[in-house]
Amino acid sequence: MSTAESPVEMSADARLASTPPVSPRPTNGLSKTKEKFSAIPYIYAAPSLVVMLAIVLYPFLYNVVVSFSNMNLDHFRDWQFIGLRNYLNVFTDADFYRFFGKTLLWTAINIFFHVTIGVFLAILLNKNIKGKNIFRVFLILPWAVPQYITALNWRGLFNFEYGAVNLILAKFGIAPVQWLSSEWGTFAACCITNIWLGFPFMMIVALGGLQSIPDALYEAADIDGASWYDKLVNITIPLLRPVMIPAITLGVVWTFNNFNVVWLVSNSGQPSDKTHILVSWVYKVGLNYFRIGYAAAFSMVIFLMLLAFGWNFIKKTKATSSVY
Amino acid sequence: METAELNPKTIRPNGVSTNGRAVKAAAVKNPRDVSPAAKVWIYIVLTLFSLFAIFPILQVFTISLRPGDKLLSTNLELIPDGATLDAYVTLFTARPFLKWMFNSVLVSLIVTFFSVGLASTAGYAFSRYKFYGRDSGMILLIATQMFPVTMLLLPLFIMLIKLGVYDSYIGLIIAYTATALPFCIWQMKGFYDTIPRSLEESARIDGCSEVQTFWKIVFPLAQPALVITALFSFMTAWSEYLVAAVLVQDQSLFTLPMGLKGFQSDLEVSWGLYSAGAMLVSLPVVILFIALSRYLVSGLTLGSVKE
Repeated sequence: MSTAESPVEMSADARLASTPPVSPRPTNGLSKTKEKFSAIPYIYAAPSLVVMLAIVLYPFLYNVVVSFSNMNLDHFRDWQFIGLRNYLNVFTDADFYRFFGKTLLWTAINIFFHVTIGVFLAILLNKNIKGKNIFRVFLILPWAVPQYITALNWRGLFNFEYGAVNLILAKFGIAPVQWLSSEWGTFAACCITNIWLGFPFMMIVALGGLQSIPDALYEAADIDGASWYDKLVNITIPLLRPVMIPAITLGVVWTFNNFNVVWLVSNSGQPSDKTHILVSWVYKVGLNYFRIGYAAAFSMVIFLMLLAFGWNFIKKTKATSSVY
Repeated sequence: METAELNPKTIRPNGVSTNGRAVKAAAVKNPRDVSPAAKVWIYIVLTLFSLFAIFPILQVFTISLRPGDKLLSTNLELIPDGATLDAYVTLFTARPFLKWMFNSVLVSLIVTFFSVGLASTAGYAFSRYKFYGRDSGMILLIATQMFPVTMLLLPLFIMLIKLGVYDSYIGLIIAYTATALPFCIWQMKGFYDTIPRSLEESARIDGCSEVQTFWKIVFPLAQPALVITALFSFMTAWSEYLVAAVLVQDQSLFTLPMGLKGFQSDLEVSWGLYSAGAMLVSLPVVILFIALSRYLVSGLTLGSVKE
């Protein structure tokens, strides 16, 4: 690759010759003198693409194949194709609809609180107040702590007798709650844990967005006598949208797929496999009960649902990315 | 808008006006200033949320200091009666905590090395060049974000068993790199996008080759993004339990998450040990995270989609 010479040794002609192709601008394709094949991007991208093909695409395709098979503990090596039966089983299983409903509820509740708390705190942190850097550090702590530790911590906090949550409730004269032994108590515990864990991300993204809104807009609004509400609705929210929408889209996908919290807070779906979202259920079915073919089909269904949800996002990303 | 147009230079990002104060002060207050009453409310709200954010962590700290016979206490004091570091000592002397830590560091560093190494050049290719497979590559990168964990874990599990390399770090490293790499590439691409092309153009005019331009001009400028990317991939591997629980059964290969989860299973006995371990595991990443958090805002917004 060393077509490189040091600048000093280069002749004037060579410099001139090298001027036109300087900008490998993807917008114009490679510039005209460069229409010939360039190996450089392939050399830069190849290692990653090869690795991605080997450890992402290949397992993915393998999963597709297995999803049409009867692979399970009894038929681990001598599996056969059984067509669409796994997919039929997924869609005729009452559990699927139950956990799908729970997953939607779980995602909606979490994203709602992540975004409202996050944006709200970001607006406060964006004001001129003393000590906001300290608050900022405190408020991103939940993001910094490893997720599984957060989940295990909160499981301890929700302990009926010794957990801090019930002890604090008692101080306010509220009767202790059976957090971890009832279906919806556990679900609430999972949601609270995940809200704690997820709001800092939205806060930081929103803070970045707020800092890029020019003060002049607010000053102009003040001159026009706009109320704080007017400013929120007409300046802050519209200008935050472009930053928040990708973050929310990713947030939905991550939350939909986040089973760390559900799995660890509910201790693998207790009580009696009621506390699951789709991902934690498919993990249990596939890797604890080893109904492998069924779990592979189930994974595909989850993936296709998310793909349908995120399709616009992907298209838009692709469209914008080729502009740069 | 008028003030701003008349006097654009007087408005600093933080809203402090340097000169022209007379002009502005009459008509416009700094939009980020708040009245004293509002300030009180802001402090109250921020304090409440900060307490919400810190409390679970303080609670774990408290439990880690409890003496063994008072683990199950209904006392909410920060420093418990008879506070002791016994749990921490036990971790290092009577439990294989150091071994777990070594294993975790090893796996995390390998994953970081692969992810950052591969992403630093791939991100550049995606940012600057058109090439065959680029668009499908980008789609693959985003699509991985929509994979449920089992989508890769299940096939990986089967393949590792069939290849006879189950119960080794190979599976862990593959799984974590597959998780971290797409995000790293995305992040690096986003950062390269913000480096002005004029720099590369000048370098080329001065006689750098395309390859030199990247390694000598662009790559050094990308240091902050490399740091953030490294942190994210390190944390991906450092903080993961559920994949590890499937791919590793041998106790001598346990990483920190598996060791800690083991304590959790008999909470009555080892709550203190778990808490002490949780503090030790979290502390380094929390410190790193906070120290680098000033890069976070830019890193994340750049890493994400631009509209």
